[in-house]
Amino acid sequence: MSWEWHRPLEAKQLLLAVLSFVLVTVGGMVLLIPPYFLQGTIPAIAGVKPYSALELEGRDLYIREGCNTCHSQQVRPFKSETGRYGPFSMAGEGIYDRPFLWGSRRTGPDLARVGGKYPDSWHWMHLVDPRQIEPRSNMPAFAFLTQESLDLSLTQRKLEVLRSLGTPYTDAEVQDAAADAQRQAGEIVASLRKDGVDLGAAGASSEAIAIIAYLQRLGRDIRWREQPIGTASLGPAR
Amino acid sequence: MAETTTPIGRQAEALYDMAVVRSFALSALLWGVVGMSVGLLAALQLAWPELNLGPYLHFGRIRPIHTNAVIFGFTLGVVFAGSYYAVQRLCRVRLFSDALSRLHLWLWNGIIVAAAISLMLGHTTSKEYAELEWPLDIAVVVMWLTYAVNFFGTIARRREKPMYVALWFWMSTILTIAMLYVFNNLEVPVSVWKSYSIYAGVHDANIQWWYGHNAVGFVLTTPILGLMYYFLPKQVGRPIYSHRLSILHFWSLIFIYIWAGPHHLIYSPLPDWAQSLGTAFSIMLILPSWGGMLNGFLTLRGAWDKVRTDPLLRMFAVGLTFYGMSTFEGPMMALKTVNALSHFTDWTIGHVHSGALGWVALTCFATLYYLVPRLWHTQLYSLRLAEAHFWVATLGIVLYVTPMWISGVTQGLMWRAVNPDGSLAYTFIETVAAIHVYDVIRAGGGALFLSGALLMVYNVARTIQQGTSEVPAAPRLATAAAAGSR
Repeated sequence: MSWEWHRPLEAKQLLLAVLSFVLVTVGGMVLLIPPYFLQGTIPAIAGVKPYSALELEGRDLYIREGCNTCHSQQVRPFKSETGRYGPFSMAGEGIYDRPFLWGSRRTGPDLARVGGKYPDSWHWMHLVDPRQIEPRSNMPAFAFLTQESLDLSLTQRKLEVLRSLGTPYTDAEVQDAAADAQRQAGEIVASLRKDGVDLGAAGASSEAIAIIAYLQRLGRDIRWREQPIGTASLGPAR
Repeated sequence: MAETTTPIGRQAEALYDMAVVRSFALSALLWGVVGMSVGLLAALQLAWPELNLGPYLHFGRIRPIHTNAVIFGFTLGVVFAGSYYAVQRLCRVRLFSDALSRLHLWLWNGIIVAAAISLMLGHTTSKEYAELEWPLDIAVVVMWLTYAVNFFGTIARRREKPMYVALWFWMSTILTIAMLYVFNNLEVPVSVWKSYSIYAGVHDANIQWWYGHNAVGFVLTTPILGLMYYFLPKQVGRPIYSHRLSILHFWSLIFIYIWAGPHHLIYSPLPDWAQSLGTAFSIMLILPSWGGMLNGFLTLRGAWDKVRTDPLLRMFAVGLTFYGMSTFEGPMMALKTVNALSHFTDWTIGHVHSGALGWVALTCFATLYYLVPRLWHTQLYSLRLAEAHFWVATLGIVLYVTPMWISGVTQGLMWRAVNPDGSLAYTFIETVAAIHVYDVIRAGGGALFLSGALLMVYNVARTIQQGTSEVPAAPRLATAAAAGSR
């Protein structure tokens, strides 16, 4: 086979650039565009609801602290995984997840269905010092989250942005976002106090409350746990 | 050095912009040491969680600082230095614009600093290798455009009609990364440091790993192949083994690479057909990858005695070996049965580092060792130190990658182990405790690799000390002799 045909390409920079670019676009187009139009890609799940204002703030804090670098949120369809974590993850559960948080390394356990597994007070103590609950844990202590004050100044704006992207928040949910977050935080604070947690001066309005709200929400859009713990801390009625 | 001691070499040298190449090379070295140090801290934190310090220096926040610093600081820095050095020689023309070169240098350095600070403060999108928030994304796009205009502008003005294969790889890198980066980072701002992805759930995962996998393909592979195609033949003093193989390698690699992203999402809610395509193309990727590796190895044909004595060639050769190994391992891990075991474990971390330390970093080190003496018009201060660097780094890689393989397989098997009655044999924390020892050994491997880089810093500093950035004046006799011989 003669390779003379390639010579013009080696001499013409525009031709080489355009051809190489066209080639690299093919794979992306085939993989990325059809999923938006194929109906089987994301079968709808009736129970899936948007995050409450407080859960959303908790999710953003989960992202800020890079929890996703060590905790996956994607249960694979193996008996060993469903036995450990719960039902395998389904596409329809992630439709309000911006960004997705499936993770790539399970340094700690999967959290896709951690909601309702432990009481709020367990999460509080675990955040303060993971090794008090499990001496062999290598998770960083997040005690500072129980001291840092939760910032709700952007909450309404966050819901507005998400609504513009298609998350079906109602007008009331958007307008009352901060108040709604405070109401749900109050419920978690009450459940923590009931379990005898010493919240200190800053604890009741701390970032840890939002993270707990988010963690308790995870995987609860479908019903599967026989006796979920911490149901009171879930957001608006669903 | 041959190129700068001949009159023609000296004339050319005066024509080229080597100052910006020097700055990129030194910046890359700095970010390499910073990024590897942060990586070592992260490794130590996994072994001893007490080393997580407060809100700013815990694993969750520093892990992206490590990845960003070594990928976009160190690796890209060497790519910028190497490609700017080579494009001027291959095109026999000065870089397109001095102003763009400086803008490129300072934008890039500024972005790396801003990235480290903003990640420490927790400003992250969470998407791997695309963590930076939207204002920095915009800065990255502007920086990349300056590189693109400067590089393509230089090529457009070239005085050498045929473009050498290294240039194709860098051109494709520039165009492809621009596409990947822009589309993966489309997000709607909430505030200056917070945004939401325009994609949700499965779609977001799909586009993220289209980007993430091809960040490996077009930041850690194609531009490094560009370095290999230019600097390996230079160092060994022979042309590349086969031009035809280069052509096959280039076109098939860039076409196939893009399809392999879904192998990061096997057994996820991504549609099966996409996962299968990802696996199929990952297997196909072995051919162009190994074609490229062989092209490099066969360039050493008949010159293997030099590999015994020249630490630079050793780095290139071992780098190619790791390239071959990790481009075989990757497709194997894309097989469903293997992935079921390896995914979410340290095996992935081991795989990444066999490519990143073995292939990318060793090739980058060799490139810097090649460049520094030529940029400062002297000899390398100590070849023996470079030799020591090679051995320390290689041992470090072995001590990093091996425990990660064992750790990954161990944990993967423990996760799935069941008792005779079908119940799970191990709690999660038992699987964490079981791999502690491998975390410790890995940190040792990382420490060795970093100390090798520090040897290089010393060697480079002494080389610069004895050299000069000025182009040396021509010795009279040599000039007269050269003139007389014409």
